[in-house]
Amino acid sequence: MSADHDHDEQGHGHGHGHRVTFDPADAGRDPHEHPDRAHRAVRLGIGGPVGSGKTALTAALCRALAGEVDLAVVTNDIYTTEDADFLRRAGVLDADRIEAVQTGACPHTAIRDDITANLDAVELLEHRFPGLGLVIIESGGDNLTAVFSRGLVDRQVFVVDVAGGDKVPRKGGPGVTTADLLVINKTDLAPMVGADLGVMTADAHRMRDGLPVISQSLVETPDAPLVADWVRAQLRTLATVS
Amino acid sequence: MDPVALMLADSRFPGGGHVHSGGLEEAAARRLVTDEASLRSFLVGRLRTAGALAAAFAAAATGGGPDRAAHHAELDSELDARTPSPAQRAASRTQGRGIARAARRAWPSRALDDLLRVAPRPHHPVVVGLLVADPFEAAQVVAYHAVTGPATAAIRLLGLDPFGVNAVLARLAGELDAVARAAAAHAGTPPADLPAPGSPGLDLLAEAHDRHHREEVRLFVS
Repeated sequence: MSADHDHDEQGHGHGHGHRVTFDPADAGRDPHEHPDRAHRAVRLGIGGPVGSGKTALTAALCRALAGEVDLAVVTNDIYTTEDADFLRRAGVLDADRIEAVQTGACPHTAIRDDITANLDAVELLEHRFPGLGLVIIESGGDNLTAVFSRGLVDRQVFVVDVAGGDKVPRKGGPGVTTADLLVINKTDLAPMVGADLGVMTADAHRMRDGLPVISQSLVETPDAPLVADWVRAQLRTLATVS
Repeated sequence: MDPVALMLADSRFPGGGHVHSGGLEEAAARRLVTDEASLRSFLVGRLRTAGALAAAFAAAATGGGPDRAAHHAELDSELDARTPSPAQRAASRTQGRGIARAARRAWPSRALDDLLRVAPRPHHPVVVGLLVADPFEAAQVVAYHAVTGPATAAIRLLGLDPFGVNAVLARLAGELDAVARAAAAHAGTPPADLPAPGSPGLDLLAEAHDRHHREEVRLFVS
């Protein structure tokens, strides 16, 4: 086993950023094959359990950001066009800016294991709208293990809701622990379902080791201002990189 | 067997194949397929028509002589001519595009780039034939795909016993082999002279499925 320096043009021996290789024949550097993002939209995944408010958050982000960035949405529904229809009815985007993917399986297969159908939908939208700046890919409702492939999205948001129980963040799973942003949704329901928001938020921060957490209620703030601000910051960062 | 062929035949290959049922979803919705016996009948029918057609084109796409791109482009349009259902043409091109996307990263080649320049959404058997060197193996891969897609869709849609469905597939080995062998014999056949087996039933199911998509999304694209 050998350690090869990573992400640093200075060479070896700095004591940080090393990668481990298990290949005794590997003497070369990590080729850093990052797909070229210069000519494509930033891709944002929104995942989370059934009913947690992913579609409502997507609609809120469309309302908040449509005036600033050229955007489109890919929905992953199971059996229905419910989510795509909701977005069309909400009037937050033109109908031809919304593509619905048929998943053929649990949504996590189509957003993580084999992302081809989703990539196809994203590239179709990019082709249709050449100046596209942001594509929001909404996963169908799924469980706590659902995460987006990094081959499909640049950033991902995981949405859980207060009504799903205040133990959800503690249960972890890659969605809760690794998403770039965790949103605790429907905070207005806490008193009605007997959920302890303090416990929920503390658990979320403990499980995520410094990654951001936003609590919100779309009843109180329909345009999801905190999440929209986070998305704006990501767009700035990603635009700088590409 | 060539590792490329093994990888392409593996259901874990990320080419978007799992979103296609090859008409099985529509057949299940119409209660034409309800159990292992009716599934077997569906699979045999599909293998001898759509499967045999795809296999012959995959075998033919392994060759091509000095101007492979022109050969592949010709195969691509000849396969269009043998696929009367627009929905099936679209499904084949979507899957071809999916495989080509994954293959560009895995096995980058001038031949693949050339094909994608003339046909950005190439037919599935043409891409497989381009990637797999041996005509028999290329034919095997697409003939196998012709039945495994619907078979796994049947497990998901009808809740059939996966061991039972797997046994149905295993018992198709002889038919699969015969289809692939017949197809491999067409490796050097000019595109216009390739066989054109058809299945009006599958064509109609594909069109009906496509119409339902516009009314309500179903689980599978085709």
